[in-house]
Amino acid sequence: MVKINQNYKIKMEKITKSFGDFLALDDVTFNLDFGEVHALLGENGAGKSSLMNVLSGIYAPDRGEISIDGKVVNINGPSDSKFLGVGMVHQHFRLVKSFSALDNIALSINQASYYTEKDNLRHKILKKMDEIGFELDLDNPVGLLSVAEQQRVEILKVLIAGASIIILDEPTAVLTDEESHGFFKIIRSLARSGTSVVLVTHKLKEAKEFSDKISVLRNGKMVDTVIPGELDDEALINLIVGEVFKEKPQLSNNFGEEKLVISDLNLHRTNHAMGLTNINFKIREGEIYGIAGVGGNGQAELSTVLMGLTKLNSGSIKLAGYGDITKFRTDQRRKCGLVYIPADRQKYALAGELSVADNYAVSAILRGDLGSWMGVQKLGKQRSTSEAIQEFDIYGVQRLNQNAALLSGGNAQKLVIAREFSSKPSVVIAHSPSRGLDLKAAAFVHKQLLAARDAGAAVLLLSEDLDEVMLLSDTIGVINRGRITAEFASPADRQKIGKAMVN
Amino acid sequence: MDFLIFWLSNVPGFATPFALGVLGMIICERSGVLNLGAEGFVLVGAMSGAGVLISVGDVPFVALLIAGLSGSLLGLLFGFLVTILRVNQVIAGLIMVFLAQGLTSLLSRNMDWVNKPFAGLSKLNTGILTEIPVIGPIIFQQDLLVYCTLLFYLVAFYFIYRTSIGLRLRAVGENPDAVDAAGGDVILIRLLAVTIGTFFLGLAGGYFTVVVSKIWVDGISGGRGWIIIALVIFARWQLSRALLGAVIFGCIEALIPRLAAIGVQLPQYFVLMMPYAITLLVMVWSNLNPKNIKAAPASLGRPFLREERH
Repeated sequence: MVKINQNYKIKMEKITKSFGDFLALDDVTFNLDFGEVHALLGENGAGKSSLMNVLSGIYAPDRGEISIDGKVVNINGPSDSKFLGVGMVHQHFRLVKSFSALDNIALSINQASYYTEKDNLRHKILKKMDEIGFELDLDNPVGLLSVAEQQRVEILKVLIAGASIIILDEPTAVLTDEESHGFFKIIRSLARSGTSVVLVTHKLKEAKEFSDKISVLRNGKMVDTVIPGELDDEALINLIVGEVFKEKPQLSNNFGEEKLVISDLNLHRTNHAMGLTNINFKIREGEIYGIAGVGGNGQAELSTVLMGLTKLNSGSIKLAGYGDITKFRTDQRRKCGLVYIPADRQKYALAGELSVADNYAVSAILRGDLGSWMGVQKLGKQRSTSEAIQEFDIYGVQRLNQNAALLSGGNAQKLVIAREFSSKPSVVIAHSPSRGLDLKAAAFVHKQLLAARDAGAAVLLLSEDLDEVMLLSDTIGVINRGRITAEFASPADRQKIGKAMVN
Repeated sequence: MDFLIFWLSNVPGFATPFALGVLGMIICERSGVLNLGAEGFVLVGAMSGAGVLISVGDVPFVALLIAGLSGSLLGLLFGFLVTILRVNQVIAGLIMVFLAQGLTSLLSRNMDWVNKPFAGLSKLNTGILTEIPVIGPIIFQQDLLVYCTLLFYLVAFYFIYRTSIGLRLRAVGENPDAVDAAGGDVILIRLLAVTIGTFFLGLAGGYFTVVVSKIWVDGISGGRGWIIIALVIFARWQLSRALLGAVIFGCIEALIPRLAAIGVQLPQYFVLMMPYAITLLVMVWSNLNPKNIKAAPASLGRPFLREERH
């Protein structure tokens, strides 16, 4: 029996998807109309990408039903969804850089003969481009084209393959403001020609300006679907970030001298990284300076610049007691008391194939606390590691020489923190320190950061989790497109911060 | 003038094995599989060709075919290692060289093929055409495989640049994810490219014994497999430049015996060193131009692993 849902192009009903214990999508219902631009809004991890991955066949849902053009369909893989007319433009393009746009499209549509069909294909593409009204160089290697033009190639790939539903995953993340504007003109004309467009974004402004409908996801649940203009910004932000949790922030009452002074930091934007523009802020002793912002707005760049891992183009970093440390190498900065908790702990904070003891003791060895370069005191290394395991409550260490990669996320992070805090740090730079941790482990991380602060360190907390920033910070800066756009003293208004993050 | 004609008429014979080998390498590496085992595939081909002629009789074309196929057979093992098992391509390539060196040495001794001369493939007799002054001996007095090689290049050019198979082959070496997203089988394409590519390497090896030396001794290729690898870089993985590179090396190799013939006194080891010294110079010269380094297929040497799907 075929169920008929005539009203919508796509109906996704009661979609549930979990990964282990984590519920990524919880009973989500999403409807997409013919020829509409439908924005899917939400914070990182709200479930936007999971929902679209279900639609494009990358994830199989645990429960739920999808119907396209009124027919219930079974999507068992990306090729199924392609056949049903669903095309996804990923945030990271899948282009062969040395091929022309024409060859890239020829490759993607998988036609039997290539050279003889080339002229036909060219005509087809030109006709399509004429329909939606954009221009593109079809013959030069796409690697020479701008990011915006490469995106057009991706859109054309999907359209020429016959898609009537296009999913755009954070399409403006890589575009400048001007390019974004041109991009949305294309999207509007696509919708006019009957294509249904899903715009996955966390940018409130573009969802409001360019979409016909907005659906908001939060923590894997569909919160609401609204028409832009029906709600004001505040109400929308409320939908996105949710209500304030009743957790008690513990503000510092013991600020000291200015410890770290950042003035006029500038870093040029590259193809794969956000730039930084005129970053200015100060952190006092005994203060946690939290930086709130949607991921990918310059947080990673700021943390690596401060640790000396990325060279900045202009500006200065001053540390009390050491003066200007802008030109210092990373090891010199560490000698000044800077410590670093990077966002990707398995990649940057730990050497997974080395033992727990090696990972823990490396900084003490470099400091010369465990002998010289001629020989490391093995016993001292083992003793100090055992002590740290006790003190920081690291579970899952059967032997000191077991690989660090075997530790779970929370315990790996505890090991990182134990090492970084093993010398009394004067400046802590923590990037998403509780990402991927459960509540208990996250609380432990928070406790350690507060303890470092109370011991007089200046702490910079960069986090994409607004709750975490609000809970811990004494001062909150908001980072948006590589700029600090607003600064608040705690306790701050969640709405205002949320607004500064997405505007 | 005679010197020039003699010299140039020998060039195609010396250039052909290089041209065949580089063709095989380009087919293989365009798919993103780094092949440092060229010397090994050449050796296996050389021994198999000689083996057929010694044990079966005077069937030079069968010998050449077997030479190519035995290259492919070892190539299939190499392809299995690097595409399916995703073994490090540098290591797998070097293993092929050592394996082939040991294997050919062992087999040829056991079969008693060493130092046994055979008739091999001789030059074509095109009759009246050979009589044409200057170009007669240069163009029309060659063996059949010389002409076949040109044909192979034309066919390869057609396949690589004109068909959808070639489009996929080129794409797989640049960005396998794009091919995967389009529904192409990355592993299969690479496996095929390796098998076909090593066929031509084996054929190049067969040429050394069946056409040039007409005898098998251990390590007869004398490092020419490595020169082939250098030529691929010189050729920027392009067929037209590959042919040019092969001809240049053919000229150099053909020049050495000519110089000796007219009485130029050169130390023997200096002469033997020449091709390798020139290879070194070519490599240095190639890498001075950043264009050449960038010309390598973007995914060369990188095993393909599809992104996790849940």
